[in-house]
Amino acid sequence: MDIRAQVAMVFHLDKCIGCHTCSIACKNIWTDRKGAEYMWWNNVETKPGTGYPTKWENQDIYKGGWVKDGNSISLKGTGKFKGLKNIFHNPHMPVLDDYYEPWTYKYQDLFTAPEGDDQPTARPVSLVTGEHVDVKSGPNWDDDMGGSKDYARQDVNFKDLTKAEQEAMFQLERMTFHYLPRICNHCLNPACVASCPSGALYKRGEDGVVLINQERCRAWRMCVTACPYKKSYYNWNTGKSEKCVLCYPRLESGQAPACFHSCVGRIRYLGVLLYDADKIQAVASCNEDELVDRQLDIYVNPFDPEVIYNAKKNGIADSTITAAQKSPVYKFVKEWKLALPLHPEFRTLPNLFYVPALLPGMASVADGVYNTTSKSLWGGIESNRLPMKYLASLFSAGNVNKVSDVLKRLMAVRLHRRGVTVGDLKKEEISEAMNEVSMNADTADAIFRLTTLATFDERFVIPPAHREESIEMLENTADFKGSTGFGFKERPARGL
Amino acid sequence: MINYLLFVALPYASLAVFLIGSIYRYKMKGFQVSSLSSQFLEGRTLFWGSQPFHWGMFFLFFGHLIAFLFPSTVIAWNGQPVRLLILETSGFAFGLSALTGLFVLIFRRMTNKRVKIVTNRMDVVVYIVLLTQIISGLWVAYFNRWGSSWFAAYLTPYLRSIFVFDPQIEAISTVNSLSIKLHVVSAFTIIGIIPFTRFVHFLVYPIDYLWRSYQQVVWNWDRKRIRTSRNHREGVKSTNN
Repeated sequence: MDIRAQVAMVFHLDKCIGCHTCSIACKNIWTDRKGAEYMWWNNVETKPGTGYPTKWENQDIYKGGWVKDGNSISLKGTGKFKGLKNIFHNPHMPVLDDYYEPWTYKYQDLFTAPEGDDQPTARPVSLVTGEHVDVKSGPNWDDDMGGSKDYARQDVNFKDLTKAEQEAMFQLERMTFHYLPRICNHCLNPACVASCPSGALYKRGEDGVVLINQERCRAWRMCVTACPYKKSYYNWNTGKSEKCVLCYPRLESGQAPACFHSCVGRIRYLGVLLYDADKIQAVASCNEDELVDRQLDIYVNPFDPEVIYNAKKNGIADSTITAAQKSPVYKFVKEWKLALPLHPEFRTLPNLFYVPALLPGMASVADGVYNTTSKSLWGGIESNRLPMKYLASLFSAGNVNKVSDVLKRLMAVRLHRRGVTVGDLKKEEISEAMNEVSMNADTADAIFRLTTLATFDERFVIPPAHREESIEMLENTADFKGSTGFGFKERPARGL
Repeated sequence: MINYLLFVALPYASLAVFLIGSIYRYKMKGFQVSSLSSQFLEGRTLFWGSQPFHWGMFFLFFGHLIAFLFPSTVIAWNGQPVRLLILETSGFAFGLSALTGLFVLIFRRMTNKRVKIVTNRMDVVVYIVLLTQIISGLWVAYFNRWGSSWFAAYLTPYLRSIFVFDPQIEAISTVNSLSIKLHVVSAFTIIGIIPFTRFVHFLVYPIDYLWRSYQQVVWNWDRKRIRTSRNHREGVKSTNN
């Protein structure tokens, strides 16, 4: 047993309103630099949709992540042999046009334009070449385009659905969408780290944050290909790859990362999970249908004395163990089994879990009156507007039971709370739903509380950086004051 | 006099600048030790330029290295005309491949607006010396046949004399061919400008990736040691924090 600590995350999709505040908070802190304009370490996608970069989930195009290779796994598009063979030209790497060409507007023209018959306009100019561009796409270009031909219908997650099922869900009455905010998953088995020929990428032992050492990065760009979530980005100006750093300077000083802190819908939770690092290889190599269960097994119970003993033996601080015991992520993922990883079939063991959206059942409008088609208040999850197969393709490698289990649990909480606050439902209906998922009233209330009323400190349980280490961190900062950080004092130009 | 300048002074200056400059740049400007990849801005034409260029250069480099280190082996190999023909033809083919690739790369850099943005002055210098080097090399291969055989008689003694610090330039200065001299001079120029150009990237070819473990975990424990070390894997895991 090799116990390590991982700062893990939960996003509650039912609460996401798609406001992009998280993206803007991140952009303002980290990526408003030359060469990074196109990067959105945090982005919010509309599902069904093609996402950012376009069709990132389609690994037939981008060859990201791991594939099962006998009893073990291998990198799909990179790795020792393939990586060094393709080092002169990386065939599966997305280019700028797969994201979008970043632009700004010539605002000065509004003031300096000569007097004329027309209103002066601020034309869009490319942030790469500085020339006029016709803006044809952007990072959230498919925002809210729930049923559109170009976006929603190109979603790769429909692969398990028949043509008839797809047509049915694009009926006007059934048409739907929900949001999918994405950041780096800080995986337990990161493909980006494994693919880096220079060894510039690494996972921090203490909290599991995956980082790129900018001094060691030599621009081979293999991480961009290898990350199946396309969360490693190439900075065309500095010639270095960059990725989400989980705001580690904020984490070290006890603050939530900027996207978590700024989240308007309070959909985000952050906390420590303890895991058994000895199991990583076996779990990542298991059969596709057991991937979710095996991954959830790797996270161990922080109250178990044996786990605590082994954690202490590995040098994990008492305060970190306490944080793991209070972790909201542990509750959502392990205790309540409400959250699932995104695309577990990429086999990177992502540490960002999603509570799938419990969308309203189908409704119809007759004579101007809105009617739910089901007899009961919300309808069963069978009439969920998004087919189970679609959600299963997103969150459980196609295992429909996993997703419907979660939705049943969410529905049970909903029915229970309706019974408590309004009381217009039959007692049998509520207890039947609760019994089906073997949930008691206390658990349902706890889920309700953490979902709706939780305070800042309940949502983000950040393990404290120790004071003695904090001093070291401060010293460290002073040592390197003025040297290369994310501000880039050094010019990126090669040569004189 | 001019021969001394070109075949003694230039090589030693180049080698000195190469050694000191590369070490300095690696130690002090580690951030810049790479080639500024532009595949992200333009990927399709790059394939037709970069692949033939790099593979051509790769084989030519090792071909020259073997001819320099083991001249007698190469001459023995050339004992049969068929083998000589195979060696010379494949060398010429790699040269043509590199030249074609280079033309595509230059064309791409001149015509693509995005790639132009990330081009600097030293990139132009790089293209000029590479063009000189490859064209003069092809010229020599075609008009001064068969280089792989006479190489041992003329150039190996000269190059060896440079590296043992006892420069003998009779052989090279009596060669009555401008292209051979040009090829040698531009080769030493390339070595000299390595630390100032994108050429540095071939010094950090990530061969150690082959024996590294795939996953890398870095512990922060021993901050002082990490702070003074450039090796991010360094540091001792403490048992108590």
